[in-house]
Amino acid sequence: MSIVTVQLGQCGNQIGFEVFDALLSDSHSSQGLCSKRENEAYQASCKERFFSEEENGVPIARAVLVDMEPKVINQTLSKAAQSGQWKYGQHACFCQKQGSGNNWAYGYSVHGPRHEESIMSLIRKEVEKCDSFSGFFIIMSMAGGTGSGLGAFVTQNLQDQYPNSLKMNHIIWPYGTGEVIVQNYNSILTLSHLYRSSDALLVHENDAVHKICAKLMNIKQISFSDINQVLAHQLGSVFQPTYSAESSFHYRRNPLGDLMEHLVPHPEFKMLSVRNIPHMSENSLAYSTFTWAGLLKHLRQMLISNAKMEEGIDWHVRPPLSGLPPLGKMSLNKDLHFNTSVANLVILRGKDVQSADVEGFKDPALYTSWLKPVNAFNVWKTQRAFSKYEKSAVLVSNSQFLVKPLDTIVGKAWNMFASKAYIHQYTKFGIEEEDFLDSFTSLEQVVASYCNL
Amino acid sequence: MTQSVVVQVGQCGNQIGCCFWDLALREHAAVNQKGIYDEAISSFFRNVDTRVVGDGGSISKGKICSLKARAVLIDMEEGVVNEILQGPLRDVFDTKQLITDISGSGNNWAVGHKVFGSLYQDQILEKLRKSAEHCDCLQCFFIIHSMGGGTGSGLGTFLLKVLEDEFPEVYRFVTSIYPSGEDDVITSPYNSMLAMKELNEHADCVLPIDNQSLFDIISKIDLMVNSGKLGTTVKPNSLVTSSSGTLKKRHKKPFDAMNNIVANLLLNLTSSARFEGSLNMDLNEISMNLVPFPQLHYLVSSLTPLYTLTDVNIPPRRLDQMFSDAFSKDHQLLQADPKHSLYLACALMVRGNVQISDLRRNIERLKPSLQFVSWNQEGWKTSLCSVPPVGHSHSLLALANNTCVKPTFMELKERFMRLYKKKAHLHHYLQVEGVEKSCFTEAVSSLSALIQEYDQLDTTKNMPVQDLPRLSIAM
Repeated sequence: MSIVTVQLGQCGNQIGFEVFDALLSDSHSSQGLCSKRENEAYQASCKERFFSEEENGVPIARAVLVDMEPKVINQTLSKAAQSGQWKYGQHACFCQKQGSGNNWAYGYSVHGPRHEESIMSLIRKEVEKCDSFSGFFIIMSMAGGTGSGLGAFVTQNLQDQYPNSLKMNHIIWPYGTGEVIVQNYNSILTLSHLYRSSDALLVHENDAVHKICAKLMNIKQISFSDINQVLAHQLGSVFQPTYSAESSFHYRRNPLGDLMEHLVPHPEFKMLSVRNIPHMSENSLAYSTFTWAGLLKHLRQMLISNAKMEEGIDWHVRPPLSGLPPLGKMSLNKDLHFNTSVANLVILRGKDVQSADVEGFKDPALYTSWLKPVNAFNVWKTQRAFSKYEKSAVLVSNSQFLVKPLDTIVGKAWNMFASKAYIHQYTKFGIEEEDFLDSFTSLEQVVASYCNL
Repeated sequence: MTQSVVVQVGQCGNQIGCCFWDLALREHAAVNQKGIYDEAISSFFRNVDTRVVGDGGSISKGKICSLKARAVLIDMEEGVVNEILQGPLRDVFDTKQLITDISGSGNNWAVGHKVFGSLYQDQILEKLRKSAEHCDCLQCFFIIHSMGGGTGSGLGTFLLKVLEDEFPEVYRFVTSIYPSGEDDVITSPYNSMLAMKELNEHADCVLPIDNQSLFDIISKIDLMVNSGKLGTTVKPNSLVTSSSGTLKKRHKKPFDAMNNIVANLLLNLTSSARFEGSLNMDLNEISMNLVPFPQLHYLVSSLTPLYTLTDVNIPPRRLDQMFSDAFSKDHQLLQADPKHSLYLACALMVRGNVQISDLRRNIERLKPSLQFVSWNQEGWKTSLCSVPPVGHSHSLLALANNTCVKPTFMELKERFMRLYKKKAHLHHYLQVEGVEKSCFTEAVSSLSALIQEYDQLDTTKNMPVQDLPRLSIAM
């Protein structure tokens, strides 16, 4: 089944390019560590999910590119074409002349309705090209105007027009110290709206990915390109074909459906994060070897202690011993200690993957009381290695990982809202103080729900 | 991509404008090697087939035929505009886009605003409409003028109201040259005060600049260039004050170097909108992020570096120095010290080979020494444009919405009151039809209210930041 990607705004388009590039590079990689037949099945599955075929054999990404000003889309299209390996569809983009000015209200209330028909029609064409359609993957940032505001509008529309299809929104959390001054306003408006209309929110934080570039990849002068490539690597290791646990004879057909089923058991809990291990520069990779036991031990501790990457993990954090009374309401004031999960999914790829032991993830102490581990935890194992890593593991988690960042953003937005700063820029386009209050209420609700796990 | 129209008013406005077009051509010539009319050039220039008579000559794509500036030149004296039209830039301007008169405004705001305003209102509207029609998607008007004279100050601000009524969706960015302490125009305090009221009410964003600061920057550069530090030479063409080939010979006019600084400001301001980069910043984002309340729209600017040494491999320390300089009071284009006042918001627009990690490192480094208002502790807006300015490998433009503009306004009010109390020269204004004492008193209250706002913000400066109680949810 195929996934249609919608890339929105500068961030969405820059990332989208890296994702398709990563998927295809991995697909063509010769270091799959598996049989030829296996590899071919992998490639075919990857192709079906993300690309359509053209006459001369160049794969075309199943994507719709949307931006309110032309510079980034032009760059993205030409970079893809230059790779020679794949490209975007000729008529797959929608562009305007003037951007959204970092204004969520402008993206949502002006650009949205104005361009609704054109954008939805482009999306429909892409969906019709799919023999069998799995759902939408929408890439956007929260801080700007187009990705955030127009992204929220488009997602809502998708919910109305494709009520039976799944939507996963990939959201970029901005750096804590500003990229955009009104980023906190834009973020809370985006999140509250998406919580109603999206099925799952897969989050990447710029601060976290930046640290991975600095500490694990040892990049000296980190550019957005570097950051996006790390991101794309993580997404690739989630979305590339995997075997179903039951049958090792064919790759899963419905990736989005399976992800949602395993990770979003309750509509109140939709926030997903990604952690992967190992991740390093190519130079270091040549000199490293791994065992599944080692990788999984680290990954489990990353989950429990809320670590964003494999360096600097706090090994003192332990899950509460089973049988003892629960720890009670999580306090936001203290350092986050133990990270309780709603659901977890571990995806393993590579050599000897069948021997990997994931029992550590089935400990009921890791999970909230209303879900048994057998329902809350899943593992997908695939022989075929990913992107030059002999063994790689990725954890997609629905847990308290994002509570602190969310709480921080809500707090900052609230402080700014109290002074009414910048509000006139939003009311100008129809987003009133009431809308802000609604957003605050929804998000406080989400924070409270997660805290009470 | 959007287009912008520059409206240059008065002697000062036109001289700066002239420098701007000169530098803009130089920049695009350096970037656009193939001579194709692309979207970047179209933001400030039209491509015209000069063989076609009348209006049908616009060419939207393909090779560059003849570039015409998207500009409207207004002056109530002919001298400056005539000089421009006889100079090397004469082909860049469309002769139909001029409005001139002979007598001048006599350094009298009232003459510029009321007399010439009503006289030329229709013509002005017509030229503006024409220039808007030539645009696919007009985003912004850049108005350049001085505050102390008569035409730039009076007619320039009259324009603002016209633009607001006729093109309400288009941004009005005003670059205003404020009079320095030793200004030789006696009535400049009156003119500036009356103009301020208009700026308060009808401008979206104002970039106040004063001659003294520009002069200090020139002196600093001269010192550097002439000191001949061992082993270093300044790259030609890299001075923020240097012009391109066309104006070189006539460079020795005193204001040229200063005007070039302002021209560079405008180029850098629009660079991220015209050229590509990993984190773009359009003009509408400037207003969105830097204007938290409609009245507080005055932005103090600083440009670095002022010159580049011919040091090919610039290590990170030099890069970091550029960031530090942007916050020093010596680099501000206004007599102001943002570091010791309160920031409401700050934008850093970087050009050239600078990446996000460099930007973040410097923000982290400089943050502790700067004071931000309690509700905007991380009030940074950043942009990265890949194309550096001519002669540099990277550059930084910092725009600060900061209470450090208060002293400038307070001084303005003081100088005004000194004249007004004695009623000196007042009759020149009152004898113009439509001008009464109330114009003056209203202008004073408008400025006083603005100063009051900055005052209130300043009182919050050293207070500890408290988190407000949040909404509590019943579970």
